[in-house]
Order: sequence, then C-alpha cells, then structure tokens
Amino acid sequence: MGEVVVITSGKGGVGKTTTSANVGTALALKGKKVVLIDTDIGLRNLDIVLGLENRIVYDIVDVVEERCRVNQAMIKDKRFDGLYLIPAAQTRDKNAVNPEQMKKLCGELKQEFDYVLIDCPAGIEQGFRNAIAGADRALLVTTPEVSAVRDADRIIGLLEANDIHNIRLIVNRLRVGMVKKGDMMNLDDIAEILAVKLIGVVPDDEDIITSTNRGEPIVVSEKSKAGTAYRNIAARITGEELPLMDLDADDGIMSKIKKLFGGNK
Amino acid sequence: MDFFSFFKSKKTKSKDEAKNRLQLVLVHDRANVSPEFLETLKGEILEVILKYAEIDRDEYDIQLTGVQSEDGQRQIPALVANIPITRMKHCAEAESRG
Repeated sequence: MGEVVVITSGKGGVGKTTTSANVGTALALKGKKVVLIDTDIGLRNLDIVLGLENRIVYDIVDVVEERCRVNQAMIKDKRFDGLYLIPAAQTRDKNAVNPEQMKKLCGELKQEFDYVLIDCPAGIEQGFRNAIAGADRALLVTTPEVSAVRDADRIIGLLEANDIHNIRLIVNRLRVGMVKKGDMMNLDDIAEILAVKLIGVVPDDEDIITSTNRGEPIVVSEKSKAGTAYRNIAARITGEELPLMDLDADDGIMSKIKKLFGGNK
Repeated sequence: MDFFSFFKSKKTKSKDEAKNRLQLVLVHDRANVSPEFLETLKGEILEVILKYAEIDRDEYDIQLTGVQSEDGQRQIPALVANIPITRMKHCAEAESRG
C-alpha cells in the first residue's frame, strides 16, 4: 500500500509544480512507482514542466466523470521507468471535482503505486480542499519571503484541521549569499516561525529555468545543486536519513577566485 | 518591540525585521479574531475600567500582540494594554465624603 503526498504552499509561484515534477522524477529514479496528479484544474502546468504536454488524451475530470478508466488518463513517462502523470483539465474549473471523488481516486491509486504525489493549486478554496482530501502527508513549499511564510502558516492550520499532521517543510529558492548578509531569513528562522520539521532546502538555481524550458526535470543533472536537493528530498521521503546539503561548498574555480578578491558569491 | 532594541544599532538586519513582523502578524492570523471582535472586547474592557477610574483617552491602547512563551520556544498571543489613569474614582468619592 502506497502513500498519498500532497505538495502545497498557499501562495502561488513558490515552486509547487517544479517540486512535484522533480520529487516525483527522483522517486521514480530510486525505483519507486510514482503517479503525479495535477489538481490545478483550469491552470494545468505539471504536464508542460514535465515535458509531457503533447501526450494528453484524457484528464482528471474525465476520470472522475467516468468518461475513461484511470489508466487511460495516466501518461507514462517514457524517460523514467515507473513515472506516470494524470493531467488536470484545462477547460473546466475547480468545482468539476469534489473531495469525495479525490479520496476515492487516491485510495485506488495507492493500491498500485508506491507514491501518489498531488500537485495542489495555490489558494485555500475548493482546489485546495480537493487536493488534500485523500492525502496521508504533506510537503509544504515556501520561499524565504514574508508573504510565502505567512501563507504557509495558514496552510499548516488548515492541514491540521483536516487531520493531516505529517507535514514537512521545503524551503525553496534559498539565496545563500543573501542569507550570509542577513538579508534573507535562514532555515532556522523559517522552521522556528512555522514550527514544522524541514525535509529539504533547494537553492535558487538558474538551471531550474533552463531545464524547465526543455521539459527536463533538473534531478537528472548530477551537477546541479537544485537537482541534488530534490534527490535528497526524495530519499528522505522514503525514510533515508541524510544531512542537509552544504550550500556553502565551493563549486568551482570561479567562486574561489571571487572569494580571493572578497566578492560575494 | 523589545525595550533593549532601542539601544542597539539602528540598522537591524532586514531578515530580523522580516522575522519579527511575521511573528507578530501570525499571532493575529492564528488567533483568528476579527477586527470587530477585538473592538467589542476593547469596548467592554474600557467600560469596566471607566467604572473605577478616569483615563487618558488619547493614550489608551489595547492590542493583541505576541509574547515569548515561558519555555521561549514560541510566540503566544497576549492582550497588552496601556491605560493611563488620570484619576481613581473611589479616591474622589472618599474625598467628597471627608
């Protein structure tokens, strides 16, 4: 029996979809059977981030309205063994699905998959309620900004009110140089404010943008720090205990030269 | 917020400002009280105090704010009141009798 994990944040634009795509891919690379569900109905995006946008035939609304079977709507990612996507509908709205239907769907899928990852829409309305309905645990994504942290706090309250108590925090887009200067909240600050356990930190990384441009998850890049961060998160989800990655580590001759001349990274 | 922060260098780190502001706003968010509720509460507290004392209405202030819990682990909500008393009413009554 698998687990249903919702990836949520409250605030939009903090990296839920990128996190879903990369954590899902990383779990598949570890040999797990994974299905990603995009629940952002009307604002479908997980398909394009994963590079699967041209392969959609059916979507989640077709499944719950029984126009197709679940496995007809599942797109198999040919690059990664064991990775599947159920896309959101683009021409419907959030009310096209209800929490009961989501619970049923998640219940069925976790018989077959190790992980059912749910990419939650921004906000706290119907789409959010649908996304969390069948979830066993939650990954809460935030960035080190006041708006994102405040919304994350609200989400914690709502998750707990819905009996989801296994909540782990992902701090996304951390800028090490700014943290060092005291111009960005650090991991301890954020974890203290929100009082939830950290499962990973993802450094701000331009490679995310170029890899998303190509529809290739960054986790396949061994060299990328963000890719490593997502692989570590996937490992921790499966129960492995890994130390947080050292974001300070020099990664090349240029940063050493810069340091020599006292420049900030 | 902190009394001693007055003496520290004026330019605080922006991340500390972010943290302090967040902790304050989250006290309100978590308490989940509407402004109307808070106004009613303040009004009734004022009514009770006015039975016993005259106060400086301009300086009167009651706020929902955050204070450090005893174990220092988290912020807990607290009503903090600043109510300058200009005259206690029972004193006046005693004087008028004497």
